[in-house]
Amino acid sequence: MAGSSIMENLFQRTLEDLIKGMRLQLIGESAFISKAVEEIRREIKSTDPHTKSTALHKLCYLSAIHGLDISWAAFHAVELMSSSRFSHKSVGYHAAALSFHDATPVLLLTTNQLRKDLSSPNPFEASLALQTLSRIATVDLARDLTPEVFSLLSSGRVFVRKKAIAVVLRVFDKYPDAVRVCFKRLVENLESSDPQIVSAVVGVFCELASRDPRSYLPLAPEFYRVLVDCKNNWVLIKVLKIFAKLAPLEPRLAKRIVEPICEIMRATGAKSVMFECVRTVLTSLGDHDSGIKLAVSKVKELLVDEDPNLRYLGLQALSVASEKHLWAVLENKESVIKSLSDEDSNIRVESLRLVMAMVSESNVTEISGVLVNYALKSDPEFCNEILGSVLTTCSRNVYEIVVDFDWYVSLLGEMARIPNCQESEEIERQLIDIGMRVKDARLQLVRVARDLLIDPALLGNACLHRILCAAAWVAGEYIDFAGNLFEIIDALLQPRTNLLPPSIRAVYIHSALKVLVFCLDCYLMQNEDGNLVVGQSDPFIGKRCSVAPESATCQSSNLEQHDDLTFDPRNTTESPEDLSVFENNADTAVTQGPAITHEYMLGLLDRIELVLAPLTANQDVEVLDRASNILAFVRLVKAELIDNASQKANTADKKDTQVSAIITLMRDAFVTDLGPVSVSAQGRVAVPDGLDLKENLDDLSALCGDIELPSSSSFGIGGPQFGTSSDATSTGLLKNEESGLVNESTSLLEHRKRHGLYYLPSEKNEISQYDYPPANDPRSNSNSDEAAELAKLTEQSLVLKKKPNQTKPRPVVVKLDDGDVVPLPISNKRPEPRDDSLSGAIKDILLGSTTKPSSSQSNPSDKSSSKRKEKKKQVAADIPSQIKENLGDAEGPGLENPGSSSKDHDYVKERRERGKEKIVEGEGHDQKARKKKSSHRHGKHKTRQKANSPLNVVSQTPEIPDFLL
Amino acid sequence: MSLQRGCSRSLSPRTTAVSTSVFEDFKACISEEASCQTISEINLKKQKMIRAVLVMNTQGRPRITKFYEFWPVEKQHEAIRNVFSVLCSRAEHVSNFVDAESIFGPDSRLVYKHFATLYFVLIFDSSENELAMLDLIQVFVETLDKCFRNVCELDIVFNYSKIHAILDEIIFGGQVLETSSTEVMKAVEEITKLEAASNAINLVSKSVSNWRSR
Repeated sequence: MAGSSIMENLFQRTLEDLIKGMRLQLIGESAFISKAVEEIRREIKSTDPHTKSTALHKLCYLSAIHGLDISWAAFHAVELMSSSRFSHKSVGYHAAALSFHDATPVLLLTTNQLRKDLSSPNPFEASLALQTLSRIATVDLARDLTPEVFSLLSSGRVFVRKKAIAVVLRVFDKYPDAVRVCFKRLVENLESSDPQIVSAVVGVFCELASRDPRSYLPLAPEFYRVLVDCKNNWVLIKVLKIFAKLAPLEPRLAKRIVEPICEIMRATGAKSVMFECVRTVLTSLGDHDSGIKLAVSKVKELLVDEDPNLRYLGLQALSVASEKHLWAVLENKESVIKSLSDEDSNIRVESLRLVMAMVSESNVTEISGVLVNYALKSDPEFCNEILGSVLTTCSRNVYEIVVDFDWYVSLLGEMARIPNCQESEEIERQLIDIGMRVKDARLQLVRVARDLLIDPALLGNACLHRILCAAAWVAGEYIDFAGNLFEIIDALLQPRTNLLPPSIRAVYIHSALKVLVFCLDCYLMQNEDGNLVVGQSDPFIGKRCSVAPESATCQSSNLEQHDDLTFDPRNTTESPEDLSVFENNADTAVTQGPAITHEYMLGLLDRIELVLAPLTANQDVEVLDRASNILAFVRLVKAELIDNASQKANTADKKDTQVSAIITLMRDAFVTDLGPVSVSAQGRVAVPDGLDLKENLDDLSALCGDIELPSSSSFGIGGPQFGTSSDATSTGLLKNEESGLVNESTSLLEHRKRHGLYYLPSEKNEISQYDYPPANDPRSNSNSDEAAELAKLTEQSLVLKKKPNQTKPRPVVVKLDDGDVVPLPISNKRPEPRDDSLSGAIKDILLGSTTKPSSSQSNPSDKSSSKRKEKKKQVAADIPSQIKENLGDAEGPGLENPGSSSKDHDYVKERRERGKEKIVEGEGHDQKARKKKSSHRHGKHKTRQKANSPLNVVSQTPEIPDFLL
Repeated sequence: MSLQRGCSRSLSPRTTAVSTSVFEDFKACISEEASCQTISEINLKKQKMIRAVLVMNTQGRPRITKFYEFWPVEKQHEAIRNVFSVLCSRAEHVSNFVDAESIFGPDSRLVYKHFATLYFVLIFDSSENELAMLDLIQVFVETLDKCFRNVCELDIVFNYSKIHAILDEIIFGGQVLETSSTEVMKAVEEITKLEAASNAINLVSKSVSNWRSR
């Protein structure tokens, strides 16, 4: 047995061997680790503590560096913790700190060992135990070890004492009643002469105060002293953080500290302290102009510093200020705008946020325009950042700041064309939302939609599909605003729509149906009015759209023919006469509105039939369904039209036909305005009887668990020849279809070359025919140019002027009374019972409230009483005069510690008195009578308190000391 | 000992004042608390000033990892990978901040410094000052430098326990406790001495006992 132990010991690999082996291994890291773990598993069972500790040490290394789970070795860690050798012990503690958590079962076994080590004479052992305790303490451990921690709080060794102070945080967190025992000593340490101790205590209070600042208001005099006296930057930062939390609660405190903080801000050489002062002033002392002015001037310095960190923090400070002091941002707008072109993405994002904070009704047009232009030139990530923030800013509160919706809708269209645009979902949403809410914007909306739909290049970009979906919907829904029905229906039916995902394609087809119905309706009306006069302007179009958009109109007879060419890939040649005819007519066509001729109507129906017929075999059920519907409709209408054509003379009959009735009905159906829907609408629908919404459907999922849900596209019926075309979002498929596309795109190009009006007019003529140009060519300026340009442009737009050209009143935006936005969760404050009890305990201590005494070892803070106290306290804070009254007693037992009968809350009273003596010496003595009167109320404590001044008033009305006066 | 006695005496009057019903309440409370805790709950609630210290090399291999709150190891390493993927994409002379909320949850900030082949990373919350944290990294590196004389990545690779001893002196349970590298060095040297001494005793005693038992 002993022999094997020696062998183990001699041949065991140390941690260093393991690391070396790891670096030289050839078998792959994971294989090496699993071999090593196998070895360790053997070694760790050894009875020899040295072997065991080496094994555990190796395991810790593997856990920390290679992410190995070592929870299985928890018991071995506990064993080693109890070893008498320091090196073994430290390995055990290290492993415990590394791997234990509140649910580790062996945690219960550590209590005694921790207790022993905490009271060990060896400071390093105590330090080890404290270190581990700070990481693993549970409610039980914290409760059981509170006495040990308490005694270490006044340890003579700074090395241990500061760690004991730090561990208090975790102990309080887990076991709030420890406050009753330890708080007094903790506060005592605040007055220590040792800077390390002060630093530790202030750190603890900083963390405590950030959770529940109100409880620590009574300690403000102590913190104030530290703020004024302390020269240590670390401590100053923490004290500033504490005051940042306390100042908003007590205006008099804010008044008092603003001067010292400004003094520090001016005098300090440390940027960190300076920045903390700036932040404290901007967040918590916003009402003190002198402080704010100084802070803003310091921010100004930060913004032009060459250290990017300082510039970044400067911008952050500005965004803190922007809520209350927008002038501070405007004052620094040059630096902010310059930062938009900084090479550091943090700085860019932060400055973007600030620029958006400066946006108002009067400058939103300029700023957004400049930013969107700038987005074109920036890298994809920042580009989307810009687009996202422009979109959110403009749509905030139902487009509150947008006055000119025509402009905004065009901007949305522009954004859609920016390459790399990832915001398509939001643009889609807003396009539709504006359509529904703002009637006056619909004309422009349809124009924008048309521009988007008509460009075949956009269909190739999968990112834009969502936007195109919205555009198709808008074009279909508000078709009566469209300038030219023909181009829209052509755009909706163009062959490249097979690149769209089925769901969006279905929207296209549905929109095509709406347009067709509208066309037919117009046609019938027109015939009624004008008796089929070819070439006469359409009354409908003329009425609804006063401006002929883009002059993109042409004689219908020509168009019909071209369209035939377009959609028949084989027929790429075209007779030259056609072209000339068209050109001759072009001028006249522009001035006239397009008329719908009988021939055109027939041609259109033919075309729809031709394009959609293949889709009746489409795999996607949505596409298939809609295509079949529209085809059935087309066939029905066509039959009637041909019928009518044969007896052209007899036009009067037409109106009476069955078709026109159907068309009118359908038109009526589509004409109904769609409005925005409140998010709470669902809630207003009464739940019908017999519908149980709360029924637990878990069983159902268990039943259906093995049934695989089919993916959306597999619903359809399988037309094998269309299998590939049904899903064309991926580029791979795009390539597969290339053979088909070649012809199509050739024909499209031909078409464009000849007419230059069907697609977006641009320099696209000379591009190669297989390759569509990017939707929007970013101009490649040099970087410095950009920055200067940007600065110049934005500068102009940021001048806060009332725009003179706002002649147009803001259109009506439909706004629902409620539920326009999804309501935020009611409050961010999550109820934290433990924290409540902690703050309750602290209030008890600090304010000496003993209305319901409880043992320090029992009753972890009676919640109802602490709540009551809190309420009282708030009342007290609200009425400062009351505070003055209650705090009269400057006569106290003096500085000496009452020693044996050191009741914690008594201590606080003394402390408060001391604070008072220091800061407000002149406070009246008129409270003695009251003091006497009140003392009887606390008979319970009388015996213990006879030596002390019975300042029991405080327990009835907790208050804040008036160091503030 | 005397301190302990003082403590218990100061507590005793209260204990007597407690009625039995309060004691019952207390027991109920304790058991309730003990039963209703889950790890996730604890993780959510706990807020440490400094949440983690990470050192990784420019290839993304972790060299030091120290989390001041409990994180399952898989999550630790996922976080390290995420941090690295952000760090390695950052240019040389840009600010030392990284948005960490996506990786470490709300109210978390991250600063890093790049030294030679290593990234030093600190993750903390709003109770710390960003610039002070950058200084803290500096303190840590300076201490390492003093300890190993021109510290390099290999020193950190091979001195696992010493590095942790140094780190533990500087940051304790998420709080900055010591910022003077001399003080840290003093403590670490003493600990090293103590460990060496205990090991020496160990070897002697063991060989003697082994020899005897034969």
